[in-house]
Amino acid sequence: MEQQLKQLEQEALAKLQAASNLKELNEVRVAYLGKKGPITDLLKGMGKLSPEERPKMGALVNAVRENVTAQLEEKVTVLEEQAIQEQLEKESIDVTLPGRKVRQGNRHPLTRVIEEIEDLFVSMGYEIAEGPEVEKDYYNFEALNLPKGHPARDMQDTFYITEETLLRTHTSPVQARTMEKKKGEPIRIICPGKVFRRDNDDATHSHQFMQIEGLVIGENIRMSDLKGTLDALAKKMFGDDREIRLRPSFFPFTEPSVEMDISCFKCGGKGCNVCKHTGWIEILGAGMVHPNVLEMAGYDSKKVSGFAFGIGAERIAMLKYGVDDIRHFYTNDSRFLSQFHRTEG
Amino acid sequence: MLVSLNWLKQYVDIDGIAAEELAEKITRSGIEVDAVIDRAKGMTNVVVGYVVSKEKHPDADKLNVCQVEVGEGDIRQIICGAPNVDAGQKVIVALPGARLPGGVKIKKAKMRGQESNGMICALQELGVEGRVVPKAYADGIYVLPEDAVPGSDALELIGLRDTVLELGLTPNRSDALSMLGVAYEVAAILSQEVKLPEISYHTVSEKAEDYIKVRVEAKENPLYAAKVVKNVKIAESPLWLQHYLMAAGVRPHNNVVDITNYILMEYGQPLHAFDYDSLKSNEILVRLANEGEKIVTLDEQERTLKAHNLVITNGEVPVAIAGVMGGANSEVTSETTTVVIEAAYFEGYSVRRTSKELGLRSDSSARFEKGVDPNRVLLAGERAAQLLAEIAGGEVLEGTVLVDDLDKSPARVVVSPDFINNRLGMKISLEDMLSILNRLQFDVEAANGLLIIDAPTRRQDIKIEEDIVEEIARLYGYDEIPMTLPEGNDQIGGLTPYQAKRRVARNVMEGAGLYQAVTYSLTSDELAQKFALKAEDTTRLLMPMSEERSTLRQSLIPHLVDAASYNVARKADSVALYEIGSVFLGKTAEELPYEEEHLALVVSGKWVDNAWQGEKLAVDFFVAKGIVESLFEKLGLTERLSFEKTAVDGLHPGQTAAILLDGEKVGIIGGLHPAERKKYDLKDTFVAEINLNAILTAEVKELVYTSVPRFPAMTRDIALELERSKPAGEIIEIIRNAGTKLLKEVKVFDVYEGDKMEAGKKSVAFSLTYFDPERTLTDDEVVSAHNKVLKALTEAGAELR
Repeated sequence: MEQQLKQLEQEALAKLQAASNLKELNEVRVAYLGKKGPITDLLKGMGKLSPEERPKMGALVNAVRENVTAQLEEKVTVLEEQAIQEQLEKESIDVTLPGRKVRQGNRHPLTRVIEEIEDLFVSMGYEIAEGPEVEKDYYNFEALNLPKGHPARDMQDTFYITEETLLRTHTSPVQARTMEKKKGEPIRIICPGKVFRRDNDDATHSHQFMQIEGLVIGENIRMSDLKGTLDALAKKMFGDDREIRLRPSFFPFTEPSVEMDISCFKCGGKGCNVCKHTGWIEILGAGMVHPNVLEMAGYDSKKVSGFAFGIGAERIAMLKYGVDDIRHFYTNDSRFLSQFHRTEG
Repeated sequence: MLVSLNWLKQYVDIDGIAAEELAEKITRSGIEVDAVIDRAKGMTNVVVGYVVSKEKHPDADKLNVCQVEVGEGDIRQIICGAPNVDAGQKVIVALPGARLPGGVKIKKAKMRGQESNGMICALQELGVEGRVVPKAYADGIYVLPEDAVPGSDALELIGLRDTVLELGLTPNRSDALSMLGVAYEVAAILSQEVKLPEISYHTVSEKAEDYIKVRVEAKENPLYAAKVVKNVKIAESPLWLQHYLMAAGVRPHNNVVDITNYILMEYGQPLHAFDYDSLKSNEILVRLANEGEKIVTLDEQERTLKAHNLVITNGEVPVAIAGVMGGANSEVTSETTTVVIEAAYFEGYSVRRTSKELGLRSDSSARFEKGVDPNRVLLAGERAAQLLAEIAGGEVLEGTVLVDDLDKSPARVVVSPDFINNRLGMKISLEDMLSILNRLQFDVEAANGLLIIDAPTRRQDIKIEEDIVEEIARLYGYDEIPMTLPEGNDQIGGLTPYQAKRRVARNVMEGAGLYQAVTYSLTSDELAQKFALKAEDTTRLLMPMSEERSTLRQSLIPHLVDAASYNVARKADSVALYEIGSVFLGKTAEELPYEEEHLALVVSGKWVDNAWQGEKLAVDFFVAKGIVESLFEKLGLTERLSFEKTAVDGLHPGQTAAILLDGEKVGIIGGLHPAERKKYDLKDTFVAEINLNAILTAEVKELVYTSVPRFPAMTRDIALELERSKPAGEIIEIIRNAGTKLLKEVKVFDVYEGDKMEAGKKSVAFSLTYFDPERTLTDDEVVSAHNKVLKALTEAGAELR
């Protein structure tokens, strides 16, 4: 019987080693260790043995059983490992193939510039004021110290709709409307929007363009405040190492009036093609609000003062991104628009 | 304004300052110098030549073989094609090796077999603009005076050794439309004196008033002065005068005309010279024109006048349009011997209107329009008399015939130094302020802590305190202004809810893969109302530049479709654009159109294109609809959004829906009609337009958390057989209404039309989710709720499959 047991053990271990997958292995387990297997049969046959032999034989059977079970489990681990390896092999891919594209659009570059400026001024306590694109001559011109027949109206060739209504030539009428509404209260606004002038569209002119104007009114608003504010704007839009300079200029709605230049961001002031070899780039017009404008909107120009500035979004975008033709902003070529996707800085 | 520095030197000392540096100083203190033009730039080897002889070229009809002396004993053969070249002339010669403007290099050459050692030059070849070259030399070489010395520097002789500053003048600085005005400005910048021209001349005993009377019958002409000069010898002006005029961009004509133009440039005061004899009367009458009255002006154009145009007449017929242009009938010609010089002040508004109406802008009208210096009018007349005597050999008659009702008093401005400093945010001392005002030659007195200033009348832009602030600041230097930020404001900045939500709308569109477009608000009449959500009266420009940009749009879609077409024509296989912009509808009480902000989108071509995976999907209605739904979802409006089949011109009748918010139409969505697609050369293209104003201002409930489900939901599916035309949306409505509060969600998971269905029928399958947040539902509860749905569907005539 002992002999028989040894042989069974040898047999079981041999089949176990031969099993090449978990299914075969399970068959071996059922065949040798199952309830109907030969080892169980041997145990059942123990009753025929003498009482002295029984414990000895029992221990022997158990030892064989444990040995086979242990080896079986070991084999299970090996086969499982092998199965995982096979699965991994099968599932491996070429990771250098392109991914599934997630469609993403982006803002128009002009909106990008405008929002950047809006965010700067909002952080400085400004509100954003908007107004109609079709305006009354009064708000577009007269309330801004440009009475009918004023020579400076030539500077802004206008699309009229009737004698009294027109497409606004700047976003200043929003300032005039805001002043009228605030009835003498302090103001801190910026006014972005579309404006229109009678120009033939070419590389540097567009009959429709975007402006962002700013207006601050309060007690003791000084020209130094204007300069400090414009400096913050220049640094935000063109980099912290930009310097600004003011040059005297003329606008009917401000006195004094200035133009602001920034030191050239390309050459740093040494002179290059971007700054036309002057080291400076003209960016915007500004000034202290003309007393006539304040008075017309019901402010006491002896008590309050203010500053205003106006920026062309196209000009900023053209400089900032090196765009060479203003018409690009209005043809909406995907190959142009999609370039303004990524973040900067 | 073109300012010759050689000319400017007559009035102010600018020696020792480089032109570039001067330009920078002028720019920084108020007048922008647009260009600094070195008139002799890069030119070399240009000398005076004497044409010893001229013979016809043996082999070329139009060429001459000239022997030209270009220095003592240095005679060279030069071939010249100019029609006016002749022996005995002094001419300008560019020698071999000379460099001329435009990169021209002169070399020895053979022209039809004859050697040519240089070039006899026209002024244009030396960089002088053709329009200012005297007519006699406009089509040929320039001929120098007889006393020119062969071999000497020709550029010096013709005034090209000069630098010209091109000033970009703002409308307020019309004072700088004259050499003297610029001299005052430069003198103030450099702390120099201004040297005014000295005016003196002899008169003859005859009196001007015996030759001419002046009558003015119009308030537009408060001052009119006439001087009479006889025995004038009409001739070419001296070279210096011609060269100054050419440098200033004015073409020399003859000495009389040149003198008036010279003074126009020098004093900024336009003058006019009449030929006394052709006036045919001894009277000048200034009056408003008779309606329809005609005059032929100096440019030989007949002009028809209106009743508000101011004219100079000989008592009967117009002889000049005041301040704009003289008449041909009284023009100074080579026959003229006696001239009447007009020095007048015409009101700017009148000249402006007339010159605009006639489309006739001149150096004269440009100055009158902006207002000339009242105190220079008579002076300019005197200066003319002097120069006519000196240059044209004229005899000045005694006296000036004058009608003068012009206010010549200066503008007084009283301002405190504190006001100036407060406005600037600076601390400029009183001494510095006084010094600046003195440099500007403003009459100033400091008394009782105030500056009492009489601004000179040449500076008509100085009227109020702020003008003085600017004068002080610009000459003190804007660089000196410190940088501060406004104080004393308690406003918290921010976007309005509308503005914030508009940015969210942009984010949704871009997150969905659309690029933001910006198109024009102006369109053609034809397209203005195409695709419009609501067509109302359009707004059209009074004078459009083109029909294509004549009318304000009522829909954003046409230009977006244009943009799609533009992209597809450039081989884009996928277009996805959106735009946010105003449409212009009807008219409000303010007489302005009502402006409504809309959002529109266009998708065309491929939508999904994962090439190597073989996943390709063209856009369809539901791509566009999904984007619209995302927007409403983001705005918290999903449950209030519905779609209803509709028809819109230009859209596919079977693929178009109205977008409804709370049952009100707020937009449209649809496929572009095949005919339109053909027109625009587009493949499948879908568009939508939404009244953004309506959906961003729709009130939404506060966002409040609902508990995360702790109990499982149960689903039941239903498949229905429906008429093909039956909208699934209606079935969903029925299910929603019938489902108890346990019904949480209804989803369409299958739509089938095809072989296995009866013709005209379709199968739609829905998945219903039942859920109770408080507990796990029992089968019975779900069955009971689901049965209600089934019953409602059956009652509505739906057939269960």
